[in-house]
Amino acid sequence: MPVYLLRRILSALLTLLIISLIIFLILALAPGDPMSEFANNPAISEEVRENIRRTLGLDQPIPVRYVKWLWALLQGDLGYSFTSRSPVIGLILQRLPVTLSVVGTAYLISVLLALPLGIISAIKRYSLWDQGLTTVAFFGISLPPFFTGLLLIIIFSVQLDWLPFIYDSTLTVTNWSSFVEQVKQSIMPIAVLVAFQTAVLMRYMRSSVVEELPQNYVRTAYAKGLTTAAVIGRHVLRNALIPVITLVALDIPAVFTGALITEQVFRVPGIGALLIDSILRNDTPVVMAITFIYAILVVLFNLVADLLYAFLDPRVQLS
Amino acid sequence: MKSNVIKQIKPFVGSVLALIVASALVGCDSQPSADLSSSPDSTPAAAENTDELKLLYWQAPTILNPHLSTGTKDVEASRITLEPLASYDANDNMVMFLAAEEPTLANGGLSEDGTRVTWTLKSDIKWSDGTPFTADDVVFTYEFLTNPDVGAASAKAYEAIASVTATDDTTVEVIFKEPNPTWYLVFTGTEGMVLPKHIYQDYNGANVREAPANLMPVGTGPYRVTEFKPGDVIVFEANPNFRNADSVGFSRVELKGGGDATSAARAVLQTGDADFGYNLQVEASVLETLTGTGQVVATPGSDMERILLNQTNPNPDSGERSVLGNPHPFLTDPVVRQAMNLALDRDTIATQLYGPTGEATANVVVNPKQYVSTNTSYEYAPEKAIALLEDAGWVDSNGDGTRDKDGVELELVFQTSVNPLRQKTQEVVKQSLEDIGMAVELKSIDASIYFSGDPANPDALERFNADIQMYTTGNTDPDPMDYLQTFTCGDIPQSDNNWVGYNSARYCNSDYDAMWQELQAELDPQKRVELAIAMNDMLVEEAVVMPLVHRATTVGVNDRLQGLNPTPWDLNTWNIAEWSKE
Repeated sequence: MPVYLLRRILSALLTLLIISLIIFLILALAPGDPMSEFANNPAISEEVRENIRRTLGLDQPIPVRYVKWLWALLQGDLGYSFTSRSPVIGLILQRLPVTLSVVGTAYLISVLLALPLGIISAIKRYSLWDQGLTTVAFFGISLPPFFTGLLLIIIFSVQLDWLPFIYDSTLTVTNWSSFVEQVKQSIMPIAVLVAFQTAVLMRYMRSSVVEELPQNYVRTAYAKGLTTAAVIGRHVLRNALIPVITLVALDIPAVFTGALITEQVFRVPGIGALLIDSILRNDTPVVMAITFIYAILVVLFNLVADLLYAFLDPRVQLS
Repeated sequence: MKSNVIKQIKPFVGSVLALIVASALVGCDSQPSADLSSSPDSTPAAAENTDELKLLYWQAPTILNPHLSTGTKDVEASRITLEPLASYDANDNMVMFLAAEEPTLANGGLSEDGTRVTWTLKSDIKWSDGTPFTADDVVFTYEFLTNPDVGAASAKAYEAIASVTATDDTTVEVIFKEPNPTWYLVFTGTEGMVLPKHIYQDYNGANVREAPANLMPVGTGPYRVTEFKPGDVIVFEANPNFRNADSVGFSRVELKGGGDATSAARAVLQTGDADFGYNLQVEASVLETLTGTGQVVATPGSDMERILLNQTNPNPDSGERSVLGNPHPFLTDPVVRQAMNLALDRDTIATQLYGPTGEATANVVVNPKQYVSTNTSYEYAPEKAIALLEDAGWVDSNGDGTRDKDGVELELVFQTSVNPLRQKTQEVVKQSLEDIGMAVELKSIDASIYFSGDPANPDALERFNADIQMYTTGNTDPDPMDYLQTFTCGDIPQSDNNWVGYNSARYCNSDYDAMWQELQAELDPQKRVELAIAMNDMLVEEAVVMPLVHRATTVGVNDRLQGLNPTPWDLNTWNIAEWSKE
């Protein structure tokens, strides 16, 4: 086991190095310039442009920039943003609480909803329940967040005037009324995310349970005279949950990097919105940092998922 | 079994679909919604509180030091806390901020030879942290902006300066290297915001990015920052050290950023969730449907959408593309250019596509008003265009549908950036040019490439590897001299200058260059105006640059917000001290 772990960690580091090189090259070679808004502005001279490029470190060749970036990264420095000229890590940390509270809550709700609904769907296969849930899931998967988001805004903000559609990140929860405000402004973005994620997870849970139901051990359990609840809870779920847990573990990195479109639609200042804005502004250091953190989390949770798998399923041997 | 199931789920699906369709329809039709949301008992929160101002910028500010910024949105937000010595209003009159009076020849502020300007500053001004503002701050700002290690975006105007000295606490003397007719471009307006020396003196170099004041500025303006999350929100409070602290309209100002232009327009114009929305780049037809709580205010600036006719040959078969030694086969023919000019239907483009955000124009210089030529006019006359071409021998001799002469076909590639408005304009122009017997191929390039200024990219606008192209530019300050320079021979981007320069049409006319030289040295304001107008008329006459639409910037303003007074020469927030809500 320790040998296995060491081997996995070493290969993970190599993977990350290659990923960082690829991301860096793509971003460095992609067209786009942090000074694009200055294009055609006769009040900006070429000398000024050169000065700005130099202060941003863009005058150096790409290999030098990569080595510098990597060296800084090893010291825990993610660099400075081109557009706000402040440390990237500060920008990301500033966004983390909102991201976790909105995207994290949404994911939690999704899991809590999807698992029981998926099980019910599987047990009562082809019933009205199953068909209804399947239809809802179908809508959830098919409707893109920018559409459902807009729909909710038009119904609940514009028509009914119940919920705000501009997320206020300066709101601090100190008493009941500010808590209510916080809930009100979080409902719509969370609902949009839940609608999408629940559908995916539920379908996964359902198929996982459906696969287990015809197994011999299930029949044996029923033959022993166990109740349905006991069969499902103690026997089926144990096996059916294994693939679902892997899926959930692999979804967690996405929670940290936020929800790109939903955050943009509701002006939720999360990491997803930061990523989109930074791409639009050609703020390479920020894009680089977020994508690389995402890469680290994916590699890490892959490892976690594999370890969990071995823990949950004794048949799996790590070697 | 199966049909049963379908029967069971059908009503459900049907009702869901009906709900979606119904709500989408209601959403498109703004009439009932306006009635609902503007009824008195459901007044939105933002409008209720007259003590708080809510600004909505869909392009979110990321830095509050305007000189380090690479976008107007940051400068807009910085302008709430920082001030220049003076600025210009929409009628081109000087408005004082930190300066006490306008320097003139009569009061000795200007020297006869045009090399010196002396500014007298207001004496009672304090920075928001309580430190007194003095002439040293102005001197420091000059040193900061011209320090190459700082990389200030606003440095160009300051290159003309030889020295800035503080003769006493309230007097600043600016000496120029040469007689400078545009002395009023430094320390004024958008690029003239003065920084506090005591805050920035330790960061006057490559370490400027570490300056805390880039994110928490100390200024002389009516409001000061209490909280700033780059790319998200800025919270301001009334600045107790402001010179007119009693007359400031709000105790709290919140500037929220992010999202998209359409929902920003909705928040200001339809639901009243915000009081002011910046840069509402939304199609005219959509803006018209958003009504209820606010109005769209359009400010015609000096931006003008134009079509440029390449004077060099972009055809790869003809040798090196778009270089001066390789003239264009037919766009160098004045008859063809005039015919194209007559074929453009500017009024249709302006009214149908731009709506309140643009007006058809024949002029290259569209602002300040005194510089706008009245000698020019445009005409949409396809018959005249056809007659011109026929008379000059451009006829369809080989029956392929396009006119030709001496084996040269009137075939064009028309490029611009990817932008719905531009693509629609391209279609209209293509139709017009085809009507007079030309063939037009349309090309649209992603804006991040087209405007990249990257000399290595063949699709950058400076390379101009097409016959005609379209984009917007204009003078950013109330003097068109820099802008008129962009049509001189010296400003042509070529391979030997690494494709640097703004004269992408490769227009080169020694008469024009001579006039520009004269303009550069002319100190008499009246003669400058005459010269600039003559230069404008020459460009219009030659039709290498074909002006299309004089563009306006649009902002959304809540009906209850008072005091907004936009000017093309400063930012929307320039007079935020005078804003209030009734």
